[in-house]
Amino acid sequence: MTTPDAETDVPTRDGKQPVVEQRLHPVTPLRRAWAPVAVLIGWGVHDPDQAQRQLTRLTTTTLLLGLAACLVGGALYGFLTWWFTHFAVTDAELRIRTGLLFRRTAHIRLERIQAVDITQPLLARIAGVAKLKLDVVGTDKKDELAYLGEAHARALRAELLARAAGFAPETAHEVGEAPARQLLHVPARVLAVSLVLTGSTWGALAAALVVPPVLWFATHSLWTVLATGVPLLGAAGASSVGRFISEYDWTVGESPDGLRIDHGLLDRTHETVPPGRVQTVRIVEPLLWRRRGWVRVELDVAGSSNSVLVPVAPREIAEAVIGQVLPGVTVPASLSRPPRRAGWCLPFWWRGYGIAVTDSVFVSRHGLLSRSIALVPHAKVQSVRLEQGPWARFKGLADVRVDTGANRTVTAGLRDAQEAAELLRGQAERSRTGRRDARPDRWMA
Amino acid sequence: METGSPETTGETRDESHDDPVWRGLPRDLLRMRRLLLVVWLAPLTLGTALLLGLLAGPAWAAFALLPLGLLLWGWPLLGRNWASWRYAERADDLLISRGVLWREETIVPYGRMQLVEVTSGPVARHFGLASVQLHTAAAATDALIPGLEPAEAERLRDRLTELGQARSAGL
Repeated sequence: MTTPDAETDVPTRDGKQPVVEQRLHPVTPLRRAWAPVAVLIGWGVHDPDQAQRQLTRLTTTTLLLGLAACLVGGALYGFLTWWFTHFAVTDAELRIRTGLLFRRTAHIRLERIQAVDITQPLLARIAGVAKLKLDVVGTDKKDELAYLGEAHARALRAELLARAAGFAPETAHEVGEAPARQLLHVPARVLAVSLVLTGSTWGALAAALVVPPVLWFATHSLWTVLATGVPLLGAAGASSVGRFISEYDWTVGESPDGLRIDHGLLDRTHETVPPGRVQTVRIVEPLLWRRRGWVRVELDVAGSSNSVLVPVAPREIAEAVIGQVLPGVTVPASLSRPPRRAGWCLPFWWRGYGIAVTDSVFVSRHGLLSRSIALVPHAKVQSVRLEQGPWARFKGLADVRVDTGANRTVTAGLRDAQEAAELLRGQAERSRTGRRDARPDRWMA
Repeated sequence: METGSPETTGETRDESHDDPVWRGLPRDLLRMRRLLLVVWLAPLTLGTALLLGLLAGPAWAAFALLPLGLLLWGWPLLGRNWASWRYAERADDLLISRGVLWREETIVPYGRMQLVEVTSGPVARHFGLASVQLHTAAAATDALIPGLEPAEAERLRDRLTELGQARSAGL
């Protein structure tokens, strides 16, 4: 849509003004300084006996010399990688040049950016630096700029988003941060209660408390108990305390640049999802949350790893947020269930299935205890498939699958065969027409 | 495996009311698949029969019935599978329908196409066949037409890329 004029823009501008290359924050080399130390510690832990023998053989001077060599080597490596990493923002792309021996240049087209994250691990927060991550479709490895000064990272994000939105390059510097309006804030108490009411938290905790004693009685070997107990405890901690820490102070905001998601107690993360990037929204309703009317909202953006939009919120508020994420979308109140005979294909669980089609989204529900409702905007549908196995055909049923660009397939399970065929044709038609009035990649253009 | 009768499946398919023009796959594809089946299983049958018959006794040679049965069972199966594959180009999307027992019908809008791939291996080339595959941004999309005459494959590829460009849309 807007690509052609962007392409014609590039050569003239590139010819006129030279691209300014920048370096990362000078604190970056220290990020890799711990690597040699970690290797030494890993070796010591891996083989304690031999490490001790080797240590006793060494004299103090050789030890000091080795340490010095390690430090100098690490510092040199860190310095060189920092020295040879450059990045530049041009009119149409972000260019990152890295590599000492093997050069690599990444050209990231700005209008293809799916999301921009600024993350600050705890140590980076102390040092006042931040990491800028870009989500682009099709790359396994995230391209990131680590580390930048905190203010610089914010300014760069604002500039990238302004250029991606289609502001003129001359003014992109001055546009600055788009003003954000807070949509939702999750109180710490609600988050804590929601985690207490999550089954997997208790499952992990119970496993961590039950399995090691059982193993102790069975084997009487301390190592077996430690080897199973420590990972189990770790998993229990990660699913409760870890989730609390990472989802603490969860704030969702709205700005002209798209959705803002800020969260974290120790490591802060600030995500920005530009308008029109959301491929799927899911509303998950665990069994124990149902009495309080709480839901969790997840979203899929192509090429992005994070998927949580709202960790916990009352249903009405969550639906209001969804209305902002997918403009003009309301979550349908009632969904049509599959016919009764679907029980022959999937006894009992078929009751959890249901679909609805509105003029902007395709809605499908599954799950009986933990209900999950997926919403796919018609404009984001990549392909539609109808599948029918022999038993389903005998019962006159079929599945319709809708594939989206975030590599997620939403299934309308066990529909009547005739209805499924109509759904297939109709959905193909809707996704074609739905695309016509979809917003352009450059949302301000 | 063989419960779905071809008559019933044919009947349900003809109901599509906006009547797209369906095309089948060339007969050469069936010939190639059957030849490959015979090439692999006939020597296996003979080899098993001879080896076991000579070394272990005539009774053991009955094991050769296994590949033979597979061959006789696979022959009509390939035919039915071949007959079930069809594709149609509509104004805005490509339809691919396939499968006898596990039926699958895929619709890919032209505007969603990221890449069209034409491949042909040495055996397929000998039979004058090439397969066309469409990729969208969703990896789950499996829009593959397994064997086409090269001229038709090229025509389809050109038409698809042309239509894809004309109706192109972002993610």
